[in-house]
Order: sequence, then structure tokens, then C-alpha cells
Amino acid sequence: MNYAVETKDLTRIFRVKKRRRRRSGSKGAEQDVTALKDVNLRIEEGELFGLLGPNGAGKTTLIKILCTLLLPTSGKAYVAGNDVEKDPYPIRRIINMVSGGETSGYGLLTTRENLWMFSQFYGIPSKEAKKRIDEMLEAFGIWDKRNAKVRTLSTGERQKANVIRGFMTDPSIIFLDEPTLGLDVNASRIIRKFISDWVRETSGRTVLLTTHYMMEADELCDRLAIIDEGGIVACDTPRNLKRTVSKASSLMFEVDYLRDPDKLKGIEGIQNFTYKHNGQMNRTLLTFIVQDESAVADIVSRIVDQGAKIHSLEKREPTLEDVFVSLVGKGLA
Amino acid sequence: MAMKENLRTLLGAGWLGWQMEANWTDPFLFLVYSVAKPVSGALILVFMYIVILGGVAAQSTAFAYIFLGNAFFIYVGQVLFGVTWVIHEDREHFQTLKLIYISPISFYYYIIGRAGSKILIATIAVVVTLLFGVFALGIPVDAFTMDWGLLILCLTVGMACLVSIGIALAGITFLTAKHSGGINEGIAGLFYVFCGVVFPITQLPAWGQSLGYAIPVTYWLEAMRKALLPAQQLQGTGLQGIENIWLVALLAVSALFFYFLSILIFRLGDYLARRAGKIDMTTAY
Ligand SMILES: Nc1ncnc2c1ncn2[C@@H]1O[C@H](COP(=O)(O)OP(=O)(O)OP(=O)(O)O)[C@@H](O)[C@H]1O
Ligand SMILES: [Mg+2]
Repeated sequence: MNYAVETKDLTRIFRVKKRRRRRSGSKGAEQDVTALKDVNLRIEEGELFGLLGPNGAGKTTLIKILCTLLLPTSGKAYVAGNDVEKDPYPIRRIINMVSGGETSGYGLLTTRENLWMFSQFYGIPSKEAKKRIDEMLEAFGIWDKRNAKVRTLSTGERQKANVIRGFMTDPSIIFLDEPTLGLDVNASRIIRKFISDWVRETSGRTVLLTTHYMMEADELCDRLAIIDEGGIVACDTPRNLKRTVSKASSLMFEVDYLRDPDKLKGIEGIQNFTYKHNGQMNRTLLTFIVQDESAVADIVSRIVDQGAKIHSLEKREPTLEDVFVSLVGKGLA
Repeated sequence: MAMKENLRTLLGAGWLGWQMEANWTDPFLFLVYSVAKPVSGALILVFMYIVILGGVAAQSTAFAYIFLGNAFFIYVGQVLFGVTWVIHEDREHFQTLKLIYISPISFYYYIIGRAGSKILIATIAVVVTLLFGVFALGIPVDAFTMDWGLLILCLTVGMACLVSIGIALAGITFLTAKHSGGINEGIAGLFYVFCGVVFPITQLPAWGQSLGYAIPVTYWLEAMRKALLPAQQLQGTGLQGIENIWLVALLAVSALFFYFLSILIFRLGDYLARRAGKIDMTTAY
């Protein structure tokens, strides 16, 4: 059986021309950006698979390659068994893509007209398409915008229309690049619910989704890959990922404003450490992931050494965020 | 199945083009941009040549030659410019190019559909220009003596040919960031000089004549003139001796050659653009 998505040592390097007009003779030096490096990934048919990673990790690049928009520099990528490089046409019949935060669409057409036109490019009989579009406009709560020109829609309304465009064609595999970016809580919830219902409604439907929202990844995804600097650093179910750090525990300290929190870095037994200043309250929030709780004593004494008072200490069950921090070394957002 | 899908694409794209071109919410703007502009463009060129040539009599064969050449050249400008503009606009302004690109349609059919609406609108401009020529300038085109068969046949082949050149330009436009006005204007300019629009290609040096004979637009314009004014043909065009049937054959053969050439160029442009990541590139930051 074919995987819905499979990559083998997938690598993508962007060649970026530096600005010319240097004084010396060296003409337009080229600099390479490695967006993906030897990525090996297997997504099964029917999975709701998430990609989690910081800005610039390579998520969008991976999606573009799988959507046949961009060629790999080396390595292979297959969608439903078809090589993206050699056989893009069979792939295009069974996929669709939605990316958040973009405002694509023909401004002078109405929402319905725009969607109808795309449905025609997917060979959906016109009558059937109109019916489906109307149902989805209703489901996403933009039925009242059906006859509004796309250019008059708000960002969120356009985004919803784009999500409809993606699902309307009934793809076997859909790629969603931050589908809830910039949406309000309610709209995000509608879209999340739609995605998870959609993938379970009929067997064989696959979703590959990228997100910056831990909660979204945790709640939605069957499996997750954490990607950083073009490489996959972990790939498992959210549950198993959390289990990997469960031996460790997560400690949150709220202390007086610390001038130099980096001094806390070298303590033995700490797997990872992040901090956030809260200038308004004149406090600093410290988060430690520790292997061994005996490190607590060390931490406390170092904080006190800096002359700060500890206002609260909380121990949490590990969250996906902790997994992320322990793997990537920094938080999201 | 594939036929039906392609037809659907063609109609969808044609419909889209029509909605975009013919901005029906403002018929005045539509008339100014889509009709008045190309018509006056063609007429300005015609009058310029009259002045340069020092008073070519309006009823003369030479004047009719220049006039008809410019009138039909409206198609060349509109279609070639139109197709590259479609790529540019879909990519930069509407950001829909990538969505259309990853859809299962044949991109050729999409372009043909969009170009189809350009042709339709250009036809309005050409007809207006011709009517002006007949009624205001006395070009002796007569609906009863015209060769309608030749007109319809060659107009169809000519448009197919322009659209395939447009497809090649679309492939090249994939690779360019900013709107590549240069490419289509360059090509249109080339055709203007080497295809016998305002003067017969026999006026060109030998290499230029060879070039002219290789481009289908040359035969197409000649065929248009023969169809509209069968009895009044300029001598020494290098083409006037060719029988209609051969003219059609030459047009068809060179159009076919251009068709394959443009498919090749489009494929190459498509591949290079996909490699460089330019299908969804926007530069308007
Ligand atoms: N067309 C391009 N030309 C040059 N570099 C690029 C191009 N596209 C992406 N990159 C680079 O490749 C890397 C990965 O980018 P990508 O867009 O895949 O990240 P991402 O994970 O989607 O990030 P984000 O969360 O910010 O959306 C970045 O360093 C980016 O600068
Ligand atoms: Mg991205």
C-alpha cells in the first residue's frame, strides 16, 4: 500500500542572490538557504498529521513541494505513490491546499462565483458544485456574504472562503498551512471542528496541517512531526511525545524581576530553561524542564542569590509546549 | 472525459476572463480601455504613415494595405500582451496562480480560455476600426465581394497561432518577477516590422525577408487583406502571387510549427519556474 505522503531524504536549498553592486569585483555572491534537509516522513492514508515548528523551520517549503508547486533539490517526495517531480498530474487530481493569512481570490467576483470557478477546474458538475458551495457557505457562517464581492470580505471571511475552496473539491489529501492563522476564537473553532469531522467522515481522507498553536496540534492531530531548521526532530502521537518528557517535570517560578536570568542556565539536571519578563508586574516567569527534581534546591538558591523573591512555584504535567521546548530549545510564540 | 474536463476549463477561464475584461459595472471604462484605446492606437499609426509617406491617397491600394495591416494587428498586441498580463495578475494581485497551477486542469486550456475573452474584446476593437476605415476613410471593403470563407478560416487559424505564441510567452513570464512588458512588446514589435504590417516584407533586407516568411503572422495578415479586398491587392508584397489555398497551407504549417515550439518553451519555462520556486512568488511587498 502507498503512503499518502512519503519523503526520502528530501532536501530543498534556495539559492538567494545577494545584492549586487558591491564595490569589489565579486559579482552577486550567492548564498544558500537550506529550507529542508534530509527529511524522511511517512504519513498514512486517513491520518490527520501535524507539522509543528518555529518560523523558518521549513513547513511551508515542505507543503509546496508536496503540492507540486516547488521541486526538491534532492531526495524524493511521493504523494499517494506518485513522484512529485515526475508525475505531478495524478497528484493534482487528488489534492488541494489552503494556506492561512493569504488573501487570494478574484476581488471583483462574488464569493460564490469565485468558488464556482474553482469547482469548474476540478471538473465538478456545475449544479453539484453550486449545491456544495451553498452548503459550505452555510456551515462556515458566511452565507450572508455569498453575493458579496470578494474584495469587500474581511480577512477572516476570505480565509473561510479559502477553506471552503480547499474542501469543496473533495480531495483525498489536503494540505493546510496554518489554516486558522489570524482567525478569531470562534472561527478557529469552526474550522478545527470541520477538519476533524471531515477526516473521520469518510475513510481514506488525509490531512497534513501546519500550525503554531500547540493546543490545535494537540487537539487535532493523530500524529505530529516537530520540525526545526529543516529537519524532523521528533515524530509521534501527541501522547507519546508528551510521554518522552514525562520523566522530566516542568516547573514554573514566578519571581521578582531578574536582571540576568541567563545565569540560571548552567544548573545540573536541567533539561531546558526559558523565561519571560513581565515588565508591568516587575516579575519574571521562569520555566524549567528538569530531569531530576533534586535540581529544585539549586534553582531556588541561585534565584535567591540574585536577590529575588520567589512568589510562586508550580509543577505541571508536561504539555506539548514542553516537548517542543525540550527538543527545539525555544518556545513558540 | 479529458475532452469534457478541458472544455469545462476553457469555459471557466473564458467566463473569468470575460468578467474581468468587460468590467460591466462600468461600461464607459470598458469602452475606453478595451475599445477606444486599441482603435485609436491603430489609427494613430495609420495617420503617421500617411504623413511620412507624404499623402497616400485614401483610396489607394497602399493605404488600404497599411490600414488593414494595422487594424488586424490589434489582435496581436491584445492577445500577446493579454496573456502575459494574465499570468502576472493571477500571481501578484489575486494570488490565484498557484491555486490554478495545482489544480488538475491543463494550464494550456486555462490560457486559451482567458485569451479567448481577450480575442472577443479585441474583435470589437477591430470591427470598430474597420467600420471607421470603410465609412470615414473610404476603404473599399464590401460585404458582398468579401471572401468570407477565407476570412473565417484564416482568422481562426491566425487566432490559434497567436494563442500558442501567447502560451510560450506565459512560460517565459513564469520566470520573471516583475511584469515582463518587455518581452511581449519586443515580440509584438518584431512582428510589426517583419510581418508586413505597414510595408511589404520585400522592403526588408534578405535576412529580414526570410524571417518574415518564417512567421505565420505574415501569411495571416496577407490572408486577411485578400479576404477583405479580394480585387485590390498591392503588388510586390512577395506574397501576392500565392494562391489562396497555398496561403492557407503556409499559414497552417507555420502555425503548427509555432504551436509545437511554444509548447516546448512553455514546458521549459514551467519546469524552471517550479525549480526556482517562482510559481507563487509575489514581489509586491
Ligand atoms: N523562495 C525562497 N527563496 C529563498 N529562501 C526561501 C524561500 N522560501 C523559503 N525560504 C527560506 O527557507 C526557510 C524555510 O521557510 P518556510 O517558509 O518553509 O518556513 P516555515 O516553517 O513555513 O515558517 P513560518 O512558520 O514562518 O511560516 C526560511 O529560512 C526561508 O527564509
Ligand atoms: Mg510557513
